[in-house]
Amino acid sequence: MTDSLVNASAVDKKLKGWNRPPIIEPDGEAELLEVAMGPHHPSTHGVFRMDVALDGERVVRLKPVFGYLHRNHEKIAEGNSYLASMPYTDRLDYICSLTNNWAYALAVEKLVGQAVPERAEYLRVILGELTRVQNHASAIGFLIQEMGASGTPLMYAFREREKILDLFESLTGSRMMCNYMRFGGCRVDASPAWLDAARKVVAGLPGFVDEFEALLRSNEILMARTQGVGILRPDLAINAGVTGPMLRASGVNYDIRKVDRYGIYDRFEFRVPLGDHGDVFDRFMIRLLEARESIKILEQALKEIPDGPVMDGKAKIRGFRPKAGEAYGRIEAPKGELGFYLISDGGPNPYRYRVRPPSLVNLTILEDMCLGQNVADVVLIFGSVDIVLGEVDR
Amino acid sequence: MKTVEEIKAAIETAVPGASIEIVPNASPSGQLSLLLAPNHAVAVAEFLRDDAELALDFLSNATGIDWPDKEITEKVKVMRQVLKTVDGAEKMVEETVDETRKHVQPGYLEVVYHLFSIEKKHGPVVIRMRTTNRTDQVQLPSLTPVWRSAEFQEREIFDLFGIVFTGHPDLRRLLMWDGFKDHPMRRDYVEPDDFEYEPTAHDEVLARSKAHQAAGQEGAGVGL
Repeated sequence: MTDSLVNASAVDKKLKGWNRPPIIEPDGEAELLEVAMGPHHPSTHGVFRMDVALDGERVVRLKPVFGYLHRNHEKIAEGNSYLASMPYTDRLDYICSLTNNWAYALAVEKLVGQAVPERAEYLRVILGELTRVQNHASAIGFLIQEMGASGTPLMYAFREREKILDLFESLTGSRMMCNYMRFGGCRVDASPAWLDAARKVVAGLPGFVDEFEALLRSNEILMARTQGVGILRPDLAINAGVTGPMLRASGVNYDIRKVDRYGIYDRFEFRVPLGDHGDVFDRFMIRLLEARESIKILEQALKEIPDGPVMDGKAKIRGFRPKAGEAYGRIEAPKGELGFYLISDGGPNPYRYRVRPPSLVNLTILEDMCLGQNVADVVLIFGSVDIVLGEVDR
Repeated sequence: MKTVEEIKAAIETAVPGASIEIVPNASPSGQLSLLLAPNHAVAVAEFLRDDAELALDFLSNATGIDWPDKEITEKVKVMRQVLKTVDGAEKMVEETVDETRKHVQPGYLEVVYHLFSIEKKHGPVVIRMRTTNRTDQVQLPSLTPVWRSAEFQEREIFDLFGIVFTGHPDLRRLLMWDGFKDHPMRRDYVEPDDFEYEPTAHDEVLARSKAHQAAGQEGAGVGL
């Protein structure tokens, strides 16, 4: 081996993590076309812009532009008491308000060392997994919608989602802005009638997932559009902090429910489905398989849920002032790792309140996945990341 | 997983010259953090990522924090000559007097990273860096070359706090628009008085609206 080769490998090793997007040269035959996809484009799931440079139909550059929905959520929370921020967390990822509640409650409970009663933990698991099922169902519905199957498949997903949202509404009073969890438990108890209704909804879910899977597995157009498109390498996914179904579709076994075993997730039996290719098809299959696992957890939790209080009797509600210190709490939200980092200075408001948004961090590699692909596939690749702009822009 | 002290020792043997301080945390969470000196931070970060035992391959969260200048007031006992009337005659007497002294503890900007290991499934290891002050020396080395997940998060911190990350490949504002001047997450940020008022019948809103109109700014006092 010559010296230059040794040096080259040393440089390679040093730059291993320096995962810049590859540079794609236009073929020089035509001018580059710059397209602004968004902010008002139905495929952007909100107000989000991608500045795309095209060589013919091939994407040679893609820069995401954020901030259209920015309201400085973190600054607002610094001016509020801890509890007053709970309803605001609903507005982060407004499809999954209950998991946002859970992540925030978990972080505050870590900050003050607060215990949670068993029944409340079960309720949190039930609501969190219901949230995951309805999020994944609508994500898949949106994918099929974006491929041109206007309406019907999305409405199938929304039909099922609406059943779950009805459960949320009857328990928490709101379909989407649930504001349900508290530091040390949950706001209200679930009645036996509600639990029966939940069992009924859960019993109907496997049939729906089977139907949806048949739609994904057997549709030739869908497979042609999604297989081999938007491939994400596992090493890049880890380095870029991608989490959730995106990471597992690339074949990395990392589920925070299994790793941290927060709450009572160590009591349930469920598998972590992994993808093989890391393409758009895998990402959506993973979501389907995850929905199946969630149904498994739901069946176990609804069977085992014990009686008891839903709020820790020692939990401090009035005059809630955590001791000076800091804590980072995270959960496996449907979109990835949702974390809250709180710093207390001993006052009634958090000194610093940071949301670790899975949607924003998962978009880091959007350009890498889209380069060299057709512009029509950008919509699909972007859809497969599954983001909500309320969380990206905060 | 190694304790914070062990990680500190491991870093100090692997990266010569790196000075590391353990930052205490009184919260029951028990998440202690390591304060890195900016000049060795990239080398330390590479060690944390590549070390076989730690293997912190996943940077989860990057947070900016603003710690403004703090005025500290303390009471000191001082001996002083005091004019006093003793037995009808004025005299200079030595006496201990309480004196309040004020001094300003300079503020700084801080960035905190939460690291986890996907390979070994442990974490978090918390590292932090501090700038020299809040005004002109606000450069910190970017960890984006080590963990790409810092790319957008460091852009956000640059945008909202004004920490300049040297070595960042694409340091632009993330959430605010390019022409925006200030850094909204700083503690001393003052909201610009340039939005369109919808005056409500509250005295202070009406007064503010009036002042705003008098200043002749754009979009002032709509509907008044």
